[in-house]
Amino acid sequence: MINKVVSNAEEALKGVTSGMEFMLGGFGLCGIPENSISELVKLGVSDLTCISNNAGVDDFGLGLLLQKRQIKKMISSYVGENDEFERQMLSGELEVDLIPQGTLAERCRATGAGIPAFFTPAGYGTEVAEGKETREFNGKMYVLEHAFNPQFAFVKAWKGDTAGNLIFKGTARNFNPMMAMAGKITVAEVEELVEVGELDPNQIHTPGIFVQRIFQGTNYEKRIEQRTVTPKS
Amino acid sequence: MALSKQEIAQRIAQELQDKWYVNLGIGIPTLVANYIPKGIEVEFQSENGLLGMGPFPIEGTEDADMINAGKQTVTVLNGGSLFDSATSFAMIRGQHVQLTVLGAMEVAQNGDIANWKIPGRMVKGMGGAMDLVASAENIIVAMMHTNKRGESKLLEQCSLPLTGVGCVKKIVTNLAVLEIKENAFHLIERAPGVSVEEIKTATAGKLIVEGVIPEMKL
Repeated sequence: MINKVVSNAEEALKGVTSGMEFMLGGFGLCGIPENSISELVKLGVSDLTCISNNAGVDDFGLGLLLQKRQIKKMISSYVGENDEFERQMLSGELEVDLIPQGTLAERCRATGAGIPAFFTPAGYGTEVAEGKETREFNGKMYVLEHAFNPQFAFVKAWKGDTAGNLIFKGTARNFNPMMAMAGKITVAEVEELVEVGELDPNQIHTPGIFVQRIFQGTNYEKRIEQRTVTPKS
Repeated sequence: MALSKQEIAQRIAQELQDKWYVNLGIGIPTLVANYIPKGIEVEFQSENGLLGMGPFPIEGTEDADMINAGKQTVTVLNGGSLFDSATSFAMIRGQHVQLTVLGAMEVAQNGDIANWKIPGRMVKGMGGAMDLVASAENIIVAMMHTNKRGESKLLEQCSLPLTGVGCVKKIVTNLAVLEIKENAFHLIERAPGVSVEEIKTATAGKLIVEGVIPEMKL
């Protein structure tokens, strides 16, 4: 087995510089690479392009990088929960490319799967399709969308082994598996790092081939954005 | 009486059919899950990667790793499944999901829908809405008939940036149930006690009223 383990976030982010394009897993605050984001804040790298479904909230997730003005451009599908984001976007400080969520997921998948571009019906006839090639298949119109080219992908899993195999939990899986496939260097942080042989190969979601560096994460906050419950009766 | 948001959801729930997989948007659509008609089986899909979505968790059992697309903590029912975002949108684009219910800021008489952006003012993003409306066989829009300023949301043409073109076929508002065909809104039912005249006044687009329009049954 090829050992992918690094000792911490600092070592995992070696080679990260300003001006790079990153992918960051997560949906809202669910399944985000908390340790890698903290390390990016610490490194102080700037002019970043971040591909992530959301942009965190004002004081957590990618919101931490926005506060420090480290992000030049965001590529996301939904950014509704972040006032600072909206302010920077409307004032023109932040470049924003909003794209349909399914298109974002498929562009990430295509990146890792060696597919340079594909046709999707999402966004046809809207401003999302402006300037893009469109084509009719079987009487329906489709828009040509392209893969990305990120230097690093930062993902977060529930469990991982030293060979980089990953298992996700619940809806924290979301964009993480496709982004893991897409990174030139994929950094996986996990809640529980185990030896090879401890994870059942039948249950692996992301095979270790897609992961270059893996580390045991620490101090997970796992903040809940909308706590909705059924009262105990 | 115009319908409450709960009653709009209740009326939409009557459209559910046995064995359907259904995606519910944020807001009024989410409430539809509370009114599934007796004797039918449906499963709710949440596009962040969950099929078989259940109710909110019992207080104290909520899990940060188990949320719906509105980022609310939820549960997964027995027989449910979890998957990644690419698989989730394969279900949607591949038309494995039979019905999408979502909100809108504007709907046009040709079936265009706008619900993601007010230029220069509100830019939250489209999330999964563009994928959903581009692919769903059945789309029901759940919304108020007029906006906060009292202006009609059922228009000849949308003025806001579009989410999808020519895709909406049915609308349930606080005043009426309408179908879209032949470039017009067709009035199907009215809310209890709401007159056809009131609906006409609140509808800016072309409205077709044929015969006697029944009241909704809730």
